Amino acid sequence: MKPRLLPLGDSALLIQFGDQIDLEINRRVQALDSLLRAEALAGMIETVPAYATLLVHYDPLALTYEQVSDRIRAEMDRIESNATRAPRRIEIPVRYGGASGPDLEWVAAHHQLSLADVIHLHTDRTYTVYMMGFTPGFPYLGKLHPALITPRLDSPRPRVPAGSVAIAGEQTGVYPLDSPGGWRLIGWTPLRLFDPAGSPPFLFAPGDEVRFRNEAMDA
Amino acid sequence: MLEVIEASGLATIQDLGRKGWRRFGVPLSGPMDAFAFQAANLLAGNLSEAAALEIGGGEIELQTDQDCVIAAAGAGYSLSVYTWEFPLWDSCFVRAGWKIRLGKNGSGMWAYLAVAGGLDIAPMLDSRSTYVRGHIGGLEGRLLQEGDQLKIGKPRLPLLELSARTLTEDARPAYQEAPQIAVIPGPQNECFTDESLKTFFSSPYRVSTTSDRMGYRLEGAPLKHSHGADLISEGLTIGSIQVPADGQPIVMMADCATTGGYPKIASVIRSDLPVLAQCTPGKDSVRFSGITLQAAQTKYRVMMEKMRNGIVDS
Repeated sequence: MKPRLLPLGDSALLIQFGDQIDLEINRRVQALDSLLRAEALAGMIETVPAYATLLVHYDPLALTYEQVSDRIRAEMDRIESNATRAPRRIEIPVRYGGASGPDLEWVAAHHQLSLADVIHLHTDRTYTVYMMGFTPGFPYLGKLHPALITPRLDSPRPRVPAGSVAIAGEQTGVYPLDSPGGWRLIGWTPLRLFDPAGSPPFLFAPGDEVRFRNEAMDA
Repeated sequence: MLEVIEASGLATIQDLGRKGWRRFGVPLSGPMDAFAFQAANLLAGNLSEAAALEIGGGEIELQTDQDCVIAAAGAGYSLSVYTWEFPLWDSCFVRAGWKIRLGKNGSGMWAYLAVAGGLDIAPMLDSRSTYVRGHIGGLEGRLLQEGDQLKIGKPRLPLLELSARTLTEDARPAYQEAPQIAVIPGPQNECFTDESLKTFFSSPYRVSTTSDRMGYRLEGAPLKHSHGADLISEGLTIGSIQVPADGQPIVMMADCATTGGYPKIASVIRSDLPVLAQCTPGKDSVRFSGITLQAAQTKYRVMMEKMRNGIVDS
């Protein structure tokens, strides 16, 4: 599909690369994102990569829609070569099951797998941060092994502890803050995902590659 | 320094928002009525993005321990200083020890109090805006409360040059209780039936009482999706009108989530967002009309030029 450029109101431009959760599509989103950020056009405020779209926020007092779309079209040709760049890799130590992952047993039973199988399927894979959202610092990671595709909770928990490693649909993620949440909690990491005073403040960024490592914390 | 004597409702510190962090899922935040906010700052002699106080749905009283110049703007509030009432959209000189109160009065939801020099608090993620849900920015990421002390920055000009200025009436937004709000259709207007698109542009929608800084929920004739109400998540912005499965539109406001998965039928244009923001939930209704992107951007440019040129000695 040829990317489509569309206005989202009078101060943002949406670039649609597709309409599904697909790694190749998302790589092109990330590639255009990094090209636009490498030489920011004055008046382009920020970009927000999502699964299959990139949203460009701009200042309508500084730029017209045409100026923004001209710049985007100029970068389109360079996407393919930029899509091959090496992403940042992050490893996340996880304590699976028990009080750290209260839904691990349910997930295993649901798929008729052992706990060890679920942990193995979750750790034996490199995920991509397709996008961030929901709460500050929450990474949408994909895709899960098909054997782990799991429905959300029927009703969300009012409070999921920060650091919880969770799965839902074909996605996995880590809660950066205590917040309500409807994903199945399978583990917990001591890593801090959001530290306002840190540099950078967020552990993850869109486009990163992530692996989980099974760690017996008390060992 | 300004000390909070009493505060109710949504009293927060805002600037023009947390730019650059939406890719990490951090909302922009900033004022609900960006016009009144910037006008208050300009009247107080500040840059338009200086940190100022926002009050919504409640009241606030402050006391200053130093001479200062303040300006208030917005709708639904009146300003009292010491024993006098001052109109909104004016700057005035305040003596050390005097009390300043923004009290509910008339139709409208949000008012701003800017002080010459701006509120001098530490930024978080490059902004002083308060995002209460995320406990980010402002004063400890929370609503202002009794006893809070707000440091005043250094004014850019002598106080006497800044007081007794006003924004001419013709430069202010035309706040109304049943406004016509202009929108740019899309990007998912094709997700709705033709009949629903007609309904959207011809029926009144009332602002629901469940509205907040994140979004204004509207109640009215339900809109039907032609093929499902789910989209894979994509970027959202202030003014985006999402329509979930129940067919009742939600206009995203200042604390708008950075991404969302409902089809967007249209977006409210920047120059009409202040008028929508000032509608009273549970009472006021809006109607939508279409506008082209180019006309919307021209309208916004004219509005902002009028603000800059409309500040005169009163």
